Amino acid sequence: MKTNDKGGAPRSMLRRKLMIGSAALALGLAAAGVGHAQTPPTGEVNTTGLAVTDDVVKVGILHSITGTMAISETGSVQAEKLAIKQINDMGGVLGRKIEFIQEDGASDWPTFAEKAKKLLVEDKVAAVFGCWTSASRKAVLPVFEQYNGMLYYPTFYEGLEQSPNVIYTGQEATQQIIAGLDWVAKEKGAKTFYLLGSDYIWPRTSNKIARKHIEDHLGLKVVGEEYYPLGHTQFNSVINKIKLKKPDVIYAIVVGGSNVAFYKQLKAAGIDMTKEKPLVMTISVTEDEIRGIGGENIEGAYATMKYFQSLDNDNNKKFVAAFKNMWGEDMVIGDVTQAAYEGPWLWKAAVEKAGSFDIDKIKEASPGIELTTAPEGYVRIHENHHLWSKTRVGHAKSDGQYEVVYETKELMEPDPFPEGYQ
Amino acid sequence: MTPPFHAARKTELFGFLVLAAFVLLVLPGVVDPFRLNLVGKYLTYAFVAVGLVLCWGSAGILSLGQGIFFGLGGYCMAMFLKLEASTPEATKIQSTPGIPDFMDWNQLTALPAFWEPFHSLAFTIVAIVAVPAALAFVIGFAMFTRRVGGVYFAIITQAIAAILTILIIGQQGYTGGVNGITDLRTLLGWDIRTDSAKTILYFVNAFLLLGVIALSIAVRSSKLGRILVALRDKEDRVRFSGYDVAAFKIFVFCFAAAISGIGGAMFTLQVGFMSPSFVGIVPSIEMVIFCAVGGRNSLIGAVYGTLLVNWGKTTFSESFPELWLFAMGGLFIAVVMAFPNGLAGIYKSYVQPLFARIVVRPAHRRRPVGGGKTTPAIAE
Repeated sequence: MKTNDKGGAPRSMLRRKLMIGSAALALGLAAAGVGHAQTPPTGEVNTTGLAVTDDVVKVGILHSITGTMAISETGSVQAEKLAIKQINDMGGVLGRKIEFIQEDGASDWPTFAEKAKKLLVEDKVAAVFGCWTSASRKAVLPVFEQYNGMLYYPTFYEGLEQSPNVIYTGQEATQQIIAGLDWVAKEKGAKTFYLLGSDYIWPRTSNKIARKHIEDHLGLKVVGEEYYPLGHTQFNSVINKIKLKKPDVIYAIVVGGSNVAFYKQLKAAGIDMTKEKPLVMTISVTEDEIRGIGGENIEGAYATMKYFQSLDNDNNKKFVAAFKNMWGEDMVIGDVTQAAYEGPWLWKAAVEKAGSFDIDKIKEASPGIELTTAPEGYVRIHENHHLWSKTRVGHAKSDGQYEVVYETKELMEPDPFPEGYQ
Repeated sequence: MTPPFHAARKTELFGFLVLAAFVLLVLPGVVDPFRLNLVGKYLTYAFVAVGLVLCWGSAGILSLGQGIFFGLGGYCMAMFLKLEASTPEATKIQSTPGIPDFMDWNQLTALPAFWEPFHSLAFTIVAIVAVPAALAFVIGFAMFTRRVGGVYFAIITQAIAAILTILIIGQQGYTGGVNGITDLRTLLGWDIRTDSAKTILYFVNAFLLLGVIALSIAVRSSKLGRILVALRDKEDRVRFSGYDVAAFKIFVFCFAAAISGIGGAMFTLQVGFMSPSFVGIVPSIEMVIFCAVGGRNSLIGAVYGTLLVNWGKTTFSESFPELWLFAMGGLFIAVVMAFPNGLAGIYKSYVQPLFARIVVRPAHRRRPVGGGKTTPAIAE
């Protein structure tokens, strides 16, 4: 499993030797006329002093691998390492192997800022793949803008942000919410909604957008809206209220460990989600969370995401197989993990389009970049540095996987500052 | 139990000068600007540790909630800086321009009244010291006049730290919630994010810290300081001698809180944001650990303890991102098991006698001071 990437001086020396070895091999192949692209000289592709040499480019991975967020962020780290390994196997970026420096944000926002600064100032990495919570992103954002770094941020999030130094590979709130609500209103005939969530900015902003869409665009009714602190485990009172109000849809944006309590108590209170009365819809439960909740406790709920592990296409089959091959058969892959996997690939495409590792050139080259090999299908970077991607609705099954029941025909346009929704 | 009074004072003075030289000359000389900024951040925790030496080491009051005061000082500074960063021009993308961004995200349409005074730097500077001290006074008055002490006091401070964290996270429209107050840019138009500003702030911070330590030394060596030690060792005897024990305890607790507030404000200035992760139980206990590693009876030791622990944290986590917590745990266990008096204890028991043997006449041999059986009972 996790064997060859533990960091530490001796190992990284070993790794470097291996890298040099494989680079030499690649050069040998090129010399033998295998048709390897000519490697451009470092002086041309790196004019700002990044950690790029003739055969290696350094990038950073910055996630929590200790603390409360570790359970969520581990999948992202694994996906990023997989992408980097695959890119290296294909010959790297502009003829250079990617070497990563991993730092631990330790679920602590100031630590994220400190480590981000270290990666940019000391290590001079060419890109950073990392962060998960909005709080950690907000903490590192000034660092990336001040020292002109490039961050690939994988999580679906609340929007209201657009930085030239960040590529948001997850969806912003409208991309996740609107198509799902349209679907549930049209296909399931839902009329009334009960909104609830954990008490911080992402669920609050998401529910604000949901409420505006339900009331102003669909002309339907919100019958309740409530928030609970992160880590809250007593949902009986809200479940009783829900039973009284009898909404058609429970729209739940409960986060982290609270999910386990919420779905178990919902089931214990006699709400059978498979009967869809009320129907439970969530935007916060991926396959990763279901592992904690237990498939039998959430069977019948609907989730709107852009990616599900069960997606039936060739890109995804290859991705799932490679992920399990690298990290173990019992791994599951959620929406964010897939978005994290896209980060290194999008960066590679931007570098190759720009013909340079320089941050400013990557910023400029990024809009319009396409990824036809993305497990979720086809994605493209918008002018606003978010991704065009589809919204999908999944139906939770007892084995912990989602069955895809709907996907939007077109790619949804990312709109981090949605007019009429604020 | 301790060496003669003036000798101890001499040691402390010597230690103070060494520390001043270390912080003002050695560190800036050998460390690059990025690491110097990190050291500056560590030194802001040292304010709390120095406060704890007075509170816990001298007076025997163990507070597990010093993060409260550090956080309050930091939040006061952050509110001022955030207001300065939230000009109508800079925030014109919001539905309500001119208020901090997180308020806009939380559908506030006007600046809350308690934010208004933080437009003024003078008010902010007073508040950085006064708000923590006032809260400490309320807590201290409620506890000490009722003779609540020891472990009960520690638990109550911890509870207050938890309550304050929940309050800050819950009231995100007014406080920024879990994210904290981020993206602080300038202080009266002076960009605090540049390398030169960081270096200047480092020195401001270092001078403030040295000033606070000097003040603390003065407090400790005054009659007041001796009463504090007396009430740590035999509280009843001090009370029967006619002293108002509660008043002394309240004073030292407020003093420690005010110092911590200054540390918090300097933290905000150097790191560029403030979040509730510095207010809660875990950081509060960490700060007690800094103090314990340095030696809870030594003002100077507390600074080195803070530096050592934080430097270890940074270095270990950079080299072994998946194992560093174990290394930190090992360090704490080692220090507590082997050196209950921390770094200062090591200095007193091993370095100082050695020093004395070399410098002073070899014949003048004394029993090592401060070591062995003289360990004061740990405040329970």
